[in-house]
Amino acid sequence: MPARAVLAGHGDVARGLVSAVEAIAGRGATFVPLSNSGLGGDALLAALRDAVEAHGVRVVFTDLPAGSATLAARRLQRERPDLSVVAGANLAVLLEFAIRDDASPAESAEKGRAAIVAWPGAGG
Amino acid sequence: MPIASHRIDDRLVHGQVVVGWGQPLDVAFLAVVDDALAGSPWEQELYRLAAPPELEMRFVTVDDAAAQYGAWAADARVGIVLTADVETMARLASRVAAIRRVTVGGLHAGPGRAERLRYVFLDAADAARLEALAARGVDVVAQDLPAARPMPLAEWGRVPA
Repeated sequence: MPARAVLAGHGDVARGLVSAVEAIAGRGATFVPLSNSGLGGDALLAALRDAVEAHGVRVVFTDLPAGSATLAARRLQRERPDLSVVAGANLAVLLEFAIRDDASPAESAEKGRAAIVAWPGAGG
Repeated sequence: MPIASHRIDDRLVHGQVVVGWGQPLDVAFLAVVDDALAGSPWEQELYRLAAPPELEMRFVTVDDAAAQYGAWAADARVGIVLTADVETMARLASRVAAIRRVTVGGLHAGPGRAERLRYVFLDAADAARLEALAARGVDVVAQDLPAARPMPLAEWGRVPA
């Protein structure tokens, strides 16, 4: 199964989420995990560019909108306007994208947004 | 209110700053001091869109930062001053006597840079700049997150013989 997206984030979150996608759907190979650990802004941009080009993908998911991976992805998007970036990705986003081959990044993002539910306890 | 932190971080505005420091300290504004960034509206917009809308961001040159620092410090809200490199912070501190502490929050690996801490890699020039800051009485520490111990320069900043 060829990779269709890079998943970039803090610490080991990308590897962990890819592991979860594999465990749930057997489609972990959809994503190339990339950690920002130990990388400055320029190095992270270079690593992301390398991953996107090496795997020929046109989608980057990141974990945190304000994170360095998102900033690197947006910079790369400036170089490559065909690249789609989804920030704040959760497991539901990734599963939707992995399971549905025709799911667009925007549709996957909507699925992930809808999957966040809070049931407040007695204290609010 | 005094500026909460004068932070050197080559990633500038990112998760550790916005969430790690921003939320527990209730930071209301970030003053990003960077001569190149101050002239790049596209890059500024990139940072603004990535951060929560309630977090005010100012992108200024060293000259403007030196002129505006007094107003920042007088602001009733909590603020952080950020630079991407040691040289910029050293220039700012040389013009703003009120900067009594500088925190190295992240300087990552690069050509000529040796690891001093997990998140601090220095070349000889930056090590010398930090030593010069300390020699002027500025408290130079390394601290990536609020819960970490601020580590004095003497513990990690020396240039190997």
